[in-house]
Amino acid sequence: MKSVMDSLQSLGHKGSGFFERLGRASILFYHILAGVPGLFLRYPLMIQQIYSVGVLSLLIIVVSGLFVGMVLGLQGYNTLVDFGAEESLGVVVALSLVRELGPVVTALLFAGRAGSALTAEIGLMKATEQLSAMEMMAIDPIRRVLAPRFLAGFFSMPLLAAIFSAVGVIGGYIVGVGLLGVDDGAYWSQMQAKVDLHEDIYNGVIKSIAFGVIVTWIAVFEGYDAVPTSEGVSRATTRTVVHSSLAVLGTDFILTALMFGEH
Amino acid sequence: MSNSSDILVSTRGLSFSRGSRQIFDDIDIDIKRGSVTAFMGPSGTGKTTLLRLIGGQLRPDSGKVLVDGEEVHALKRAQLYQLRKRMGMLFQNGALLTDMNVYDNVAFPLREHTDLPERLIRDLVLMKLHAVGLRGARKLMPSELSGGMARRVALARAIALDPMMIMYDEPFTGQDPISMGVLVNLIRLLNDALGLTSIIVSHDIAETAAIADDIYLLSGGKVVAHGSADELKQSGSEWAKQFIEGLPDGPVPFHYPAEDYAHDLLNGGAA
Repeated sequence: MKSVMDSLQSLGHKGSGFFERLGRASILFYHILAGVPGLFLRYPLMIQQIYSVGVLSLLIIVVSGLFVGMVLGLQGYNTLVDFGAEESLGVVVALSLVRELGPVVTALLFAGRAGSALTAEIGLMKATEQLSAMEMMAIDPIRRVLAPRFLAGFFSMPLLAAIFSAVGVIGGYIVGVGLLGVDDGAYWSQMQAKVDLHEDIYNGVIKSIAFGVIVTWIAVFEGYDAVPTSEGVSRATTRTVVHSSLAVLGTDFILTALMFGEH
Repeated sequence: MSNSSDILVSTRGLSFSRGSRQIFDDIDIDIKRGSVTAFMGPSGTGKTTLLRLIGGQLRPDSGKVLVDGEEVHALKRAQLYQLRKRMGMLFQNGALLTDMNVYDNVAFPLREHTDLPERLIRDLVLMKLHAVGLRGARKLMPSELSGGMARRVALARAIALDPMMIMYDEPFTGQDPISMGVLVNLIRLLNDALGLTSIIVSHDIAETAAIADDIYLLSGGKVVAHGSADELKQSGSEWAKQFIEGLPDGPVPFHYPAEDYAHDLLNGGAA
């Protein structure tokens, strides 16, 4: 009986802990948003962060996009060729990328590459009292440190997802047309005919914006909320990657159901 | 208390606790303008916490903190930030921004808070760096500085906006004798030359006593002794004697509270 009560108690404790963190994260989100308008006057701050969050993530995004596209080309061809429909390879590759893999895989890679770096950086700034020092210099660290990083993630993520999809389409082309002999013209023209601007591209962009907000929000919150010790920062970094990956996958399901569920 | 405008910082009935641990219990403090005031006490007596309470980073359970006539914890955020522009704080390890070099670190508060042209900022930064003897180190990154140099750069940054007061959090910890001497002299020199009021939190007795006009000894959440270094040495307080002479046992016991030793050894069941 006692152990049941204990486990109930610990469950309740975890539950209230979760909501407490969610509350703190929401308040932080509000403060970050309040700091966003002022940033447009100080765009160099943001440019610097777009460089470290976005540009430095380019390599991993391009390489992964290429390989994912090549795998899609290969798998798609093997399936389609049985039905004599290998000419549609371009559509399969493009739709898979634009609707799903582009935004989702980019967000997962982004969480691992940029999200973890954001958390570690902010957490270490907290551990070394840099954030405290800013507060004592009458400079709000949320506006000066967190808001530019958040906005950089917000802008970078859709661009990275677009680059991922574009490179993936080229990867599919290399394998499908270059190696397996799908017709060059069919690859592009079918893609052009079947990929819809609103239905597919816009929805993909909306997804990647949502993922960008989620991943960077979690990353800056975990850094800002980290226990200011080396162990605390390492835990926070791990949590960023785990939580933002799960949140991306969960959100993806919801968004997909809303966008492509019923017509 | 003399004329109230002589007092820059004061606390009345200040109490603060962390969890169930009472850190301050009804503390009254007065810090005179232009003075160097030191707070000393064993580790864990909440000396740093006191600085954070004065700076408004922590909120007391009860009591109030007045800085230059303003009640810190009654201020709105914007007013608090205005007040903080007039307070400098030197953190234990300098807390320099690691992604900027020395020059940009000192220029940081100027760039954030003023619209001065870059040429003027340059002159100001070089003057502040010259004051701490590190004008030649302006291009170094924080990771290339020794601990003492980092604190001097942080000191230059703290005086960048010409504050009315500076709070030093353990400025002497972990310093070699030379940089210790440099810091001790700098604190006194800057205080007198710039007309500052300095608050030092430390447990380096000799160094702190050498430059402090006024010393508060804190223990167990209370002010246990107060006065100039000489007054404290001559006071009959057992506690002050133990602390200043560094005796292992006395009013501050060597043993953490425990049940009777013999009883514990003979009847102890569980560890």
